[in-house]
Amino acid sequence: MSEIKISRTIDARGSFCPGPLMELIRAVKEAQVGEVIEVLSSDQGSKHDIPLWVSKAGHTLLSINDKEGYTSFIVKKAR
Amino acid sequence: MKNVVILGGGVGGTIVANITSRKLKKDANVTLIDKSGKHIYQPGFVYVAFGDEQIRNIVRDEHSLLNNNVNLITKEATKIDPKNRKVLLDDGESLDYDYLVIATGSRIVPEEVKGLKEGAYHFYEAEAAEKLRQALKSFTGGKIVVGVGGLPYKCPPAPAEAACQLDYYFEKRGIRDKVQIEFLSPLPRVFPLEAVNPFVTKIFEEKKIAYHTFFNVDYVDPEVKKVYSLEGEAMDYDLLILVPPHRGAKVIEESGLGDRGGWVPTDKYTLKAKGFDDIYVVGDATDIPISKAGATAHYEAKIVADNIINQITGIGDLKHYDGKVRCFCDAGFNRGISLSFDYTHPPKPPSKLTFSAYLGKVILNKMYWWTIPSGRF
Repeated sequence: MSEIKISRTIDARGSFCPGPLMELIRAVKEAQVGEVIEVLSSDQGSKHDIPLWVSKAGHTLLSINDKEGYTSFIVKKAR
Repeated sequence: MKNVVILGGGVGGTIVANITSRKLKKDANVTLIDKSGKHIYQPGFVYVAFGDEQIRNIVRDEHSLLNNNVNLITKEATKIDPKNRKVLLDDGESLDYDYLVIATGSRIVPEEVKGLKEGAYHFYEAEAAEKLRQALKSFTGGKIVVGVGGLPYKCPPAPAEAACQLDYYFEKRGIRDKVQIEFLSPLPRVFPLEAVNPFVTKIFEEKKIAYHTFFNVDYVDPEVKKVYSLEGEAMDYDLLILVPPHRGAKVIEESGLGDRGGWVPTDKYTLKAKGFDDIYVVGDATDIPISKAGATAHYEAKIVADNIINQITGIGDLKHYDGKVRCFCDAGFNRGISLSFDYTHPPKPPSKLTFSAYLGKVILNKMYWWTIPSGRF
């Protein structure tokens, strides 16, 4: 299996407003199709919000990893 | 004598200039560069659009807000040269610095969303807010769609506040029953702050403001009066109000100091530009994922000023910004909410709209000029 190449990591830990999802949406809009973006979030709501938006917007959620005090989401822009 | 050069005469830059010039009288020359020389109280735009505020009341000469020993240069900074510690100006002159503060704010870029400029109103600049006021005055009924045109944008609660102001405005005109208000949110909820969202959703339902979530604007078609989302939906309108997307200042992009959005990568605690010991960033110009708002710039500016003073005098340790933000939202009918949070403390959900929170906003609007820019509050 080939290694995932992350082109941008957004550290949104401690961001309540506008919040990690808004940062992700912005990054996805700025990215090229095929680019992979990682978002770090300490907000529990992200586990609900981020997969929901990624699916609705037609992108791909490559992974969700729980780390110490935060979660890493890796998303690929698909269209 | 050290040279402290500040780019931008908004709230952040003005506070840093006033504190450093006051406390470093014998140790530093403080220079502030601002292309317009005008200081705008931007929270006032919402009252220009939806109320009876006049532009002349929310603009002052930057000079009048600065200590006498701050050197104000009314020119545009065109390039930052960190290697040689220089700032180039639009007339070809240059300025040397020992410490640079980037407080260049953000600029709106409606042209980045197809059809937005032609098809939508907004209230993020003086002229645009006046134009919206005129459009609302002649609106006698129909569907008003209000939302976010692109990310990021200043003051995340502003679109929800605008929806409430529309409700209040048409209620006062006695035609609320003829106006349908639809709110578009880029998120899966109405309000950016999750803890506060149930409360705001309830307020929207009481005010009969319809809402649509996960609506990230892709483009606007003014011909058919429709706005389309990245998620594949469409919404028709009679009058459209969209907060335009924002970017960092041109000088940041021209200097190669910004990310893709023109925001300066910044240490979220020390507020130093990443990779530089002599450049600080304050307010909207940072890439820190927190609210781009006056209150953020206000609290950050105090930390930046103290850190520059500590570096120059060699006294004290580097201070850390804790992510503090405080804001007042006006829900109309002389009621509002006040929110406060930082990196580790989410906001407490309000239990009701209060007159005191509304009053807090009114007092801040009136007292701003005599308090915040001085850096003493």
